[in-house]
Amino acid sequence: MPKITSLDDLRKIKENASDLTAARSQGKTRIIIGMGTCGIAAGAREIMQNVLVELEKRGLKGVSVETTGCIGMCQQEPLLDVIRPGEPRITYGRLTVADVPRIVAEHVVNGNIVEDRVIGRTE
Amino acid sequence: MAEYRARGHVLLCGGTGCSASGAGAVRARFEEELAARNMDREIKLVETGCHGMCEMGPIVVVYPEGTFYCRVEPKDVAEIVEEHLYKGRLVQRLLYKTPVTPEGVPHYKEIPFYSKQVRIALANCGYINPNNIEEYIARDGYVALAKALKEMSPEDVLQEVKTSGLRGRGGGGFPTGLKWEFCRKAAGTKKYAICNADEGDPGAFMDRSILEGDPHAIIEGMMLGAYAMGADEGYIYCRAEYPLAIKHLNEAIRQAEELGLLGDNVLGTSFSFHLHVKEGAGAFVCGEETALMASIEGERGMPRPRPPFPANKGLWGKPSNINNVETWANVPAIIRNGGAWYAAIGTEKSKGTKVFALTGKVKNTGLIEVPMGITIREVVFELGGGIINDKKFKAVQIGGPSGGCLTEAHLDTPVDYESLTAAGAIMGSGGLVVMDEETCMVDVAKFFLEFTQRESCGKCVPCREGTKKMLDILTRITEGKGKPEDMDNLAYLGNQIKNASLCGLGQTAPNPVLTTLRYFRHEYEAHILDKKCPAGACQSLLQYVIDGAKCIGCTKCARVCPVGAIAGEVKKPHVIDPAKCIKCGACEAACPVKAISKR
Repeated sequence: MPKITSLDDLRKIKENASDLTAARSQGKTRIIIGMGTCGIAAGAREIMQNVLVELEKRGLKGVSVETTGCIGMCQQEPLLDVIRPGEPRITYGRLTVADVPRIVAEHVVNGNIVEDRVIGRTE
Repeated sequence: MAEYRARGHVLLCGGTGCSASGAGAVRARFEEELAARNMDREIKLVETGCHGMCEMGPIVVVYPEGTFYCRVEPKDVAEIVEEHLYKGRLVQRLLYKTPVTPEGVPHYKEIPFYSKQVRIALANCGYINPNNIEEYIARDGYVALAKALKEMSPEDVLQEVKTSGLRGRGGGGFPTGLKWEFCRKAAGTKKYAICNADEGDPGAFMDRSILEGDPHAIIEGMMLGAYAMGADEGYIYCRAEYPLAIKHLNEAIRQAEELGLLGDNVLGTSFSFHLHVKEGAGAFVCGEETALMASIEGERGMPRPRPPFPANKGLWGKPSNINNVETWANVPAIIRNGGAWYAAIGTEKSKGTKVFALTGKVKNTGLIEVPMGITIREVVFELGGGIINDKKFKAVQIGGPSGGCLTEAHLDTPVDYESLTAAGAIMGSGGLVVMDEETCMVDVAKFFLEFTQRESCGKCVPCREGTKKMLDILTRITEGKGKPEDMDNLAYLGNQIKNASLCGLGQTAPNPVLTTLRYFRHEYEAHILDKKCPAGACQSLLQYVIDGAKCIGCTKCARVCPVGAIAGEVKKPHVIDPAKCIKCGACEAACPVKAISKR
């Protein structure tokens, strides 16, 4: 690594390094994926991995990806919730891998809820 | 599949405490389990420094949720990986539990032990990988240094530290800014900044945890001090009994040098600083500043009279400034956030926070950082969780072998330099030993005096010979051979030693005896006059007795007794001859019906 000679150099390292520890705090925006047996059987693992790839591709920082257990809507799995700061928790259901880039681009980035996949919202 | 960042981090404590309780094996199991489930890319393992709650180790924290799992054994790992990391469900049984929340407290920050803490010196301990400088930088590391070198004059830095009200955390409590100013004003171009990492109080491990868990904070703090004082070289004097700390320090220095944050022309400026780690051989007296410097020079570690003070004539005769680990570790945050920010925490005369090593008969032993002014009651009963087995609180020993014992009447004393000194203890470096009703105060005083007596360097006669005499008297008292005049003699000797010794070791060594004499005189009297140890701790004052009603006459005790002190016929109650008994306890262990006890 080249030597640091200015404040900007240090900031650049900090910028890149913040990825290193980003996962150690809950992000501003949270994506929560149901990982009950039902969710896993319906393909939640693939959904989650695609979310991770999508976030990386877009260089999105400050978004945390969390998992949670079965919440009882097994027929709607895979389930994915998006919570943007100060906005209601939106639950998407019956997702396919193809829905992931849309949800990330439309909702997570731009704040437009992908209505055709929404199955619930909680204030 | 394309690249992606880990969604979760599993923080494994790699401090000395958790390593001793098996963290290494836990880590190995995590690696296996994650690999077996193809999760080694999405979950990252990070080895951190000490989390402070050593009693509950090995500690594993799972992020982003911040779930705190304690006493994790290798056999628990598969369940954490399967349940929590794979399926998103908490492993309830491994959560930290309190009497109010028997189901467990899932989040790190909600545990009372942590929620009452204010972490400045320990901010990164248990949160970052200490062997990766980038993680330190990600947490605003070296920002203070860059700010100081690029935007502040040395006087500005000095002024911020003065404004902060930071005082020496090694025990003395001398205002840090003032100390730096003395060194800055001293004549000469070659000056040294020194870090005292010779922590040696029994039961103290504050500095070790910072050295192991956040070495860069100490390096950055020293550089800020060096810049303010005009020093270009520094030493960290660390005891050789801290191998992990030394390893982490050397690695941190290497990484900082590689990035141009340490060495010649730091950050492209004219400021240069070279830092060395000096391993000490573990003599307690080398924590005294003049003895420490003598030891760095290769001399025998003995204190010398002051003045001249190190600020004028220190290491190799050059102006030098010594601060302890915790003091240095506070400096980067002060420069980053401003002195006024720091001064807003704490009391009028004691600013900021203090790290304590909480040990003894308290439920949550470990490392805590609390704002100045918190009461001893809060520390012991809220952070510490109260006394083990809910026994009665008796005393708390503050300040290590130089400190004193405070009683229940002092529980509401605020923890600050002045209040503790007024009560007869000292802030010290931060050892805090809690004692319950089964602790004998005479025995405690003897324990600490044994330590200081052994560690006396021998230069001053009052310390060398006086502590020996005091120890002889205390030993006699605990053996039931005390004389009525012993108490006065102890007080007389203690005061003489305090007044006639050159350095802090001798000046404070009698403190544990003097404070216990002051607050627990009745216990001394019980030992001397009644030949009884009220706490039941002094072996010589106890007698093993056989309960005739319970004894079945099996003869087991008589057969194991190494000195033939037990007599009796088969199937008839036995008796112990107290004159012959050496109190080894073998009979008590051998008795199948628990008929033998000490009283």
